[in-house]
Amino acid sequence: MSFEQLLQYLLSGVTNGSIYAIVAIGFNIIYNTTGIINFAQGEFLMLGGMTAISLSPYVPLPLAILIAVIITAMVGAVVDFLIIRRLKKPTVLNMVIVTIGLSIIIREIALHLWDEKVRSLPYFTGNEVTSINILGAYISPQVLWVLGVSAVIVIFLGVFFKFTLTGRSMRACASNITAARLCGINTRNMVTISFMLSAAIGALAGCVISPITQTQYDCGTSLAIKGFAVAILGGLGNSTGAIIGGITIGLLEAFSISVLPLAYKDAIAISILLIILFLRPSGLLGKKEAVELKEF
Amino acid sequence: MLKIRNLHSGYGNLRILKGVSLHVNPGEIVTIIGGNGSGKSTLLQTVAGMIPVEEGEVLFKGRSIGGETPEKIVAAGCSLVPEGRMIFNAMSVRENLILGAYTRFRSDRSGDVASDLEAVYGMFPRLRERENQLGGTLSGGEQQMLAIGRALMARPKLMMLDEPSMGLAPIIVKLIFEEVRKLRDAGNTILLVEQNARAALRIADRGYVIETGQMVLEGTSEELLNNNDVQRAYLGKDYKSISE
Ligand SMILES: Nc1ncnc2c1ncn2[C@@H]1O[C@H](COP(=O)(O)OP(=O)(O)OP(=O)(O)O)[C@@H](O)[C@H]1O
Ligand SMILES: [Mg+2]
Repeated sequence: MSFEQLLQYLLSGVTNGSIYAIVAIGFNIIYNTTGIINFAQGEFLMLGGMTAISLSPYVPLPLAILIAVIITAMVGAVVDFLIIRRLKKPTVLNMVIVTIGLSIIIREIALHLWDEKVRSLPYFTGNEVTSINILGAYISPQVLWVLGVSAVIVIFLGVFFKFTLTGRSMRACASNITAARLCGINTRNMVTISFMLSAAIGALAGCVISPITQTQYDCGTSLAIKGFAVAILGGLGNSTGAIIGGITIGLLEAFSISVLPLAYKDAIAISILLIILFLRPSGLLGKKEAVELKEF
Repeated sequence: MLKIRNLHSGYGNLRILKGVSLHVNPGEIVTIIGGNGSGKSTLLQTVAGMIPVEEGEVLFKGRSIGGETPEKIVAAGCSLVPEGRMIFNAMSVRENLILGAYTRFRSDRSGDVASDLEAVYGMFPRLRERENQLGGTLSGGEQQMLAIGRALMARPKLMMLDEPSMGLAPIIVKLIFEEVRKLRDAGNTILLVEQNARAALRIADRGYVIETGQMVLEGTSEELLNNNDVQRAYLGKDYKSISE
């Protein structure tokens, strides 16, 4: 393998990996405040991408993306208000069934709204043939957009959770929900905010990858599976773990192509998911206690 | 300040409190003593809104708070320092304290949160030394200080403490109780639940004794300290030494 080829694989692995990491972080935000794994997380990416694509002929691209992010965040809030809040006894098993059902419903609605056609947003800079030469490897500028946006999301969330009252309150809910209530925090509202936040970052990720991976009504499923594998690999609820896990799986996928037939690429994430669940269910950076699934 | 009449509550079908009545006047330390499983924590949790009231009345500053959410009750000025401290383990000491002031950030955005932080550090200098340490890494005594400091950050009119002495060395218990007494002397009102009856009655103005969800005795601290039943059951004096 030449140096350029190595670099090419490396970049493509890191790019895919950072998307998986963003999906995993979406899982983590909701998991941390509620103990729920929201299996409809992938649908948020699809909704963001699709909405922006529909808007893009009428408004400038940045505005289309902004509106798509806001609309998807609203969908997140509606999901919480209409479904999650109404469950009398939200056990873990209930929530798994409910969120899987939800993902199916959102896909069906998307199918009716947008049919089966594969669409995509235009490239943010240049077009599909534009490429940048980095040390001999050729990459699309969109790859840099993906990496940049992922980095911005991670930094934004870091600041949000560390320095804002709302972010701190959400961490407090994750740490000890009873104590959070005794501090006067309305934990129900924190759940709504966590749904909106993970829907919003999902939508943004869905927009930025759309030119590369393209968007279709059912494109959320495979992303969600990989994101879930990454979240488990990194340790549920752990965002640093999600980044490390995402890049690990992205790189493994990219390099697998040189040793395995292409068809096996998608099996990598699932295999790792299974291995982790067998060997170290708390993930790379996860704490033991986090494995005992939380209930409300 | 707080008036409870004929309070019933429990868990599901399990009734723990069976008609509890008590009152706390402004500026008092009132203590509730009782053995394991007598319903002390259940009582405080019910007042704090964590457990629903099944029957009876909870009046706080003349207003009924039975059935309110914990958020509303904290905002009204009634804070609970729960049994077992319940520190936010993964957050720094400072963040724990700031979250205690959550309701104040919401209501008046007052800038004096910083000065309250100083007041808590003044009260427990150990917390200042460990300002940036994670809550989960503190010792038991330090965690109790942090739990009290966190509740104080809400500027409660009434602070309820659930077994602050649990699992602590006598010297730390003394230090913490001394600070609780100082809080009362500064005009605060405190409802203190304890198994350590001696330490509690030493700083309290009045006390109640709870057994299986009912108040069986009440009186001033002096009266309770001199009561034969209390001495036998909660102060560890044997029958002989009392009768002498
Ligand atoms: N979550 C719960 N579900 C069911 N029963 C409970 C629950 N919590 C407490 N109990 C029961 O309620 C009774 C009173 O418990 P409570 O915690 O109020 O006692 P306590 O006086 O605080 O005891 P301790 O001094 O040991 O803390 C006990 O019999 C206990 O088993
Ligand atoms: Mg108790």
